[in-house]
Amino acid sequence: MSVPIVYYLILSAFMFIVGVAGVLTRRNAIVVFMSVELMLNSANLTLITFSSFMGNPVGQLFVFFVMTVAAAEAAVGLAIIIALFRNKQTVNIDEINILKW
Amino acid sequence: MSLEIILFILFAGVAAVSSVLMITRANIVIAALFLILNLGSIAGLYLLLNAQFLAVTQVIVYAGAIMVLFLFVIMLLKPEHEKSVTKVKGVKVFAFTISILVFIQIAYLIFSSTVSQKVPANVQASINAGTIETIGRELFTNYVLPFEAAGFLLLAATIGALILAKKKIE
Repeated sequence: MSVPIVYYLILSAFMFIVGVAGVLTRRNAIVVFMSVELMLNSANLTLITFSSFMGNPVGQLFVFFVMTVAAAEAAVGLAIIIALFRNKQTVNIDEINILKW
Repeated sequence: MSLEIILFILFAGVAAVSSVLMITRANIVIAALFLILNLGSIAGLYLLLNAQFLAVTQVIVYAGAIMVLFLFVIMLLKPEHEKSVTKVKGVKVFAFTISILVFIQIAYLIFSSTVSQKVPANVQASINAGTIETIGRELFTNYVLPFEAAGFLLLAATIGALILAKKKIE
């Protein structure tokens, strides 16, 4: 463990921020979704870093459950995107405003 | 320089660069491929952190299952390339500023906090924590209820995805 914990934390902070920037700037619903996955992954990296440096397996268990939820979220989210595309013929989130009145 | 540091620089560099490339590509298939590269290098970082079980799970679940699902949906929808990032003016500048500010904030917290400096690196405990044996024992003793709940969540998600995506029969 010769790499200090700080470098792992900075890397995961950087990836989280890149994910935030992706969600804010991109207009394609699928890319927004992939940015959310990126943010989930950076949180996982932080959890595993602390779990490993402290020698406590509970953090890794938590990552296991986060992965389960991410898989469920990806399935449901992509199904929603497919249903939206069927109705609006687009996945551009600037044009999807059916909840606006 | 030890092998661990070299591998860390390699994996961290690939992860950082591929995440930036992912959000800047206009072609979303290429963006998805960069996300797969990113997830793969994170699996390498998990191995460096002695989390063997989760490194394998990361490759199977994320880079395998979830990204194949993404690529399938991209193939089914065949979305056009984004012409410009967005029509709303100033979003790019706003997003960039917010991101930089929050990153500086987090980095300041990480460097100034004493907790992250003083975590003891106990190599033997760390190796024991990452094995499938330890994780399996915890999962089936102390955390068996969340485990069952996760299974139920997956079932609900499967049914929900099927109902949402199926064609409506008039």
